[in-house]
Amino acid sequence: MGEFSKPFDAIVVGAGPSGNAAAYVMAKEGLNVLQIERGEYAGSKNVQGAILYADALEKIIPNFREEAPLERHVIEQRMWMMDEKSHSGMHYRSDDFNEEKPNRYTILRAQFDKWFSSKVKEAGALVLYETTVTELVKDLSGKVIGVRTDRQGAPIMANVVVLAEGVNGLVGQRSGLRNEVSPDSVALAVKEMHFLPRETVEARFNLSGNEGVVIEAMGTITRGMTGTGFLYTNEESISVGIGCIVSDFAESNIGPNELLEAFKNHPSIKPLLAGSECKEYAAHLIPEGGYKAIPQLTGAGWIVVGDAGQFVNAVHREGSNLAMTTGRIAAETVVSLTRKREDMTAANLAEYEKRLGQSFVMKDLKKYKGIPDLLHKNKGNFFGTYPKLISQAMQTWFRVDGIDKISKEKAIFRNFRETRTVWGMMGDAFRLVRAWR
Amino acid sequence: MAEDNKPAPASGGSRANTKKELPEHFKAYKHVWVAVEIEHGQVHSVSFELLGEGRKLADKRGVELGAVVMGDARASLEAAAAQCFEYGADCVYIAQDAALKHYRNETSTKVLTDLVNTYKPEILLLGATNLGRDLAGSVATTLQTGLTADCTELAIDDEGSLAATRPTFGGSLLCTIFTLNYRPQMATVRPRVLAMPDRDEGRTGKIVEFDPRLVETDIITKVLDFIADRDTDKANLPYADIVVAGGLGLGSMENFQLVKELAAVLGAEYGGSRPLVQKGWITSDRQIGQTGKTIRPKLYIAAGISGAIQHRVGVEGADVIVAINSDPNAPIFEFAHLGIVADAITLLPALTDAFAARLRVNRLAS
Amino acid sequence: MHIVVCIKQVPDSAQIRVHPVTNTIMRQGVPTIINPYDLFALEEALRLKDRFDATVTVLTMGPPTAADSLRKALTFGADRAVLLTDRYFAGSDTLATSFALSMALKKVAEEFGKPEIIFTGKQTIDGDTAQVGPGIAKRLDYNQLTYIARIVETDLQTGTIKVERRAEGGLQVLETKLPVLITMLEASNEMRRGSIENALIAARAEVVTWNAASVGIEDLTKCGLRGSPTIVKKVFAPTARSEKAAIVAAEGSVNAKAVALVEAIFEKTPAVEQELLEQAAHHYV
Repeated sequence: MGEFSKPFDAIVVGAGPSGNAAAYVMAKEGLNVLQIERGEYAGSKNVQGAILYADALEKIIPNFREEAPLERHVIEQRMWMMDEKSHSGMHYRSDDFNEEKPNRYTILRAQFDKWFSSKVKEAGALVLYETTVTELVKDLSGKVIGVRTDRQGAPIMANVVVLAEGVNGLVGQRSGLRNEVSPDSVALAVKEMHFLPRETVEARFNLSGNEGVVIEAMGTITRGMTGTGFLYTNEESISVGIGCIVSDFAESNIGPNELLEAFKNHPSIKPLLAGSECKEYAAHLIPEGGYKAIPQLTGAGWIVVGDAGQFVNAVHREGSNLAMTTGRIAAETVVSLTRKREDMTAANLAEYEKRLGQSFVMKDLKKYKGIPDLLHKNKGNFFGTYPKLISQAMQTWFRVDGIDKISKEKAIFRNFRETRTVWGMMGDAFRLVRAWR
Repeated sequence: MAEDNKPAPASGGSRANTKKELPEHFKAYKHVWVAVEIEHGQVHSVSFELLGEGRKLADKRGVELGAVVMGDARASLEAAAAQCFEYGADCVYIAQDAALKHYRNETSTKVLTDLVNTYKPEILLLGATNLGRDLAGSVATTLQTGLTADCTELAIDDEGSLAATRPTFGGSLLCTIFTLNYRPQMATVRPRVLAMPDRDEGRTGKIVEFDPRLVETDIITKVLDFIADRDTDKANLPYADIVVAGGLGLGSMENFQLVKELAAVLGAEYGGSRPLVQKGWITSDRQIGQTGKTIRPKLYIAAGISGAIQHRVGVEGADVIVAINSDPNAPIFEFAHLGIVADAITLLPALTDAFAARLRVNRLAS
Repeated sequence: MHIVVCIKQVPDSAQIRVHPVTNTIMRQGVPTIINPYDLFALEEALRLKDRFDATVTVLTMGPPTAADSLRKALTFGADRAVLLTDRYFAGSDTLATSFALSMALKKVAEEFGKPEIIFTGKQTIDGDTAQVGPGIAKRLDYNQLTYIARIVETDLQTGTIKVERRAEGGLQVLETKLPVLITMLEASNEMRRGSIENALIAARAEVVTWNAASVGIEDLTKCGLRGSPTIVKKVFAPTARSEKAAIVAAEGSVNAKAVALVEAIFEKTPAVEQELLEQAAHHYV
């Protein structure tokens, strides 16, 4: 090995948002960084459409808007409650979102991650693609001192290994750093990219320039399982997908493809996709266990960031910003220890958890720690009964058929009461509020 | 940057849409030629297909159709020449030399280049076979002229130029390519893309003898041996009467067996679409489509193939195309003659049984 | 021994889309790959490297991003990567491409030693022409061996090489002298996986980058669109057949559907039925 026998300051496993953030920050600060990605290129293992929250990236690459491949900035958010034939919901659209530095963008992960990866290389990190880390190398005391890969050759040594390997990170599991993720704290999402001419996307969603729309949908589309559907507008395509908790899929025997097909054919969605050409299909796992599912985050010579640490805010559908922020904070921790010439001991790396605790990441996850459980335990109501009731109420209310409004009101309330007891509904509402608080 | 197939038309103002006066030294170039492919004394049928098309081009231009035959044995060269006349040639150039016993790039390039420089054809067509492509590239480079590979259609435009149409962008679009300011205009066409012309028995024409003046000791590359394919499983898709093919809709390599079973009952050849080759379910000699084999069977059954353009151009010559696909919007229904919306995995075994039963019943009845 | 492998970065053709209205190509998000046929050429070169301790240079012409493909070639074990890039090459057809590449190969010979063997794939998946290899051979006056299924023997002492070439109905066994240009047939070998050391070297390697001027091209009219005798006048989508398929709409079991389909097929093509019956009769006699 010769010139490679000197240990790297850090090895980052994975080149998604969290790994790229960590590798970029450390390399920028002059550390000798090696990043190892199993995909053909950064982003190649990724589902295409996603939302990028500007703030987290801005803290890492302040001028990212000038060069990152962004699709559209989001000016309109639609939250839909759906039953078989209808949707009711809330739309929020504001010209305020057409600001100089927009807050949210739709992106295509394959392109975005590739760009981010090129920034990592520019910053001076060495990046290996199509290389899978198979195990962590430990010294006699159990401290992690390097990695082995699926390529022939000696192990590669480093002072610290940053595990940014995603939700079902096998390296950490195999090396006994954490348990296998539980099927009830992971969602399986399937997505497709539907290509449409730019003009069609803009006409269909009432957009101009680089404006974009996001639709998030709940209801009977998940057939009683805990999950959501979504649709994002990209520059010349639409990302559409649906995801549910893995254990629900297992219980229900319904396949994710079946759900996606039904969602795409829903009368509210179908016209939005009409005439498009579907080119990509992909499935991926999203950690949705929230605060309670967060595993051990640091140990002697290792540190966990991004999805591997279950850093996803399922309630607000935030992931990439938590990933980048945890990556950045982990990197800053490692940089400061390296500068102080301190060892990467478990005690020293615990500083990362302290810093996380002070950031929005932990505060938000703590706030919503009860929600995943609540939704999951009452999924029949939240993803079946209520959407139907709301749709029926809306229809009763809006249909003009010679029946007076007082009778209509009564019918709506009767319908709610008969389907779900008042106590039951009040209980659900109460629990939801409490979990939210 | 370097696009072999020149995918995009040049934007306005470039020379792409302008026809300059043909340089003076090219004005003498006249006649349409086919370089005939002979191996082991046999003329490849692609050469006859090219003569059929060349005949139309020559008539449109009001010029002669020439054929070039190269080889070592007088008898087989004369037999080839006679066939060329019957398939439409007005004139056959015979290059006979002991050094032309087997095809070699070095010798054939020299002879064909010398012939072109001597007799100056305006159009030169070759088969897009391994031999034809090996030779065409060398000849075009030597002559510094344009060559369009794998054409699906040849025509003469209003100004008398060869309009060569070929698929581009992995077969998702077609483009028409011209060689306006250089001669000859060269093109290759795959076997079976063009229809086999009718044979006009007894038709003759003039023979021009050409002395290649090759000296074996000057030739660097030697042919040591020829190992004939013994594999009986070798596909002969281009010339099969019935072809059954499968696509990704079969779901797995194991299910491809269903295609083979139906083919066996029908005495048909079997093949598959490009993704199956890329997935390793079938070998590339069984790939049907623009980048694989072009077929012209009497009956073509496509199971679980969506029908991308690159597949379409390879099968359009079939008399009857039958499509089995579970997606009623699959593009294959746009160009198939008969279709059924069904899952190929379940329908294929039933179809195999139905064919077997039908053939048994009718045999007993007749 | 010095070997050059010419590769091309191509869009993954499976992922190219056509704008449904304007018939233009939608390039957004189409990933690029090393032309799959070139990998057989590269692996063959690496095998010779293993045997003769040869140096392997990979060369490509393309946009600056083609450096990614070169770097990938280095992870397999190639020693040096050269990128030929210049906006003057834009719109090159096969003749102009083989000109530019042959100039780059002359420069490679000057700088790093004359290659005894130049490898290419049998064709690219985006152009499918199989013309650039022969074009380079002709321009450099190398002996040309296309569609090579196997290299039987390489004798550096006598400077000869013996190969099996795919021809109609069999394999031609050819022997020729070095220097030679070989285009490799698919499935002639299987690409190796580079070691971790190769991967690290590749990640650190500098790609040698040349433009038209640096490879000594003075006459720019021989490059790009201007240097291309072929001219694309029209790009279009094929017209649909006037009638769509007649759909056999059988109800009931899959067997019933199959029977209905057989009926419909034979109704459409009675001649095929007749031939099949005759064949079937033959088998029973």
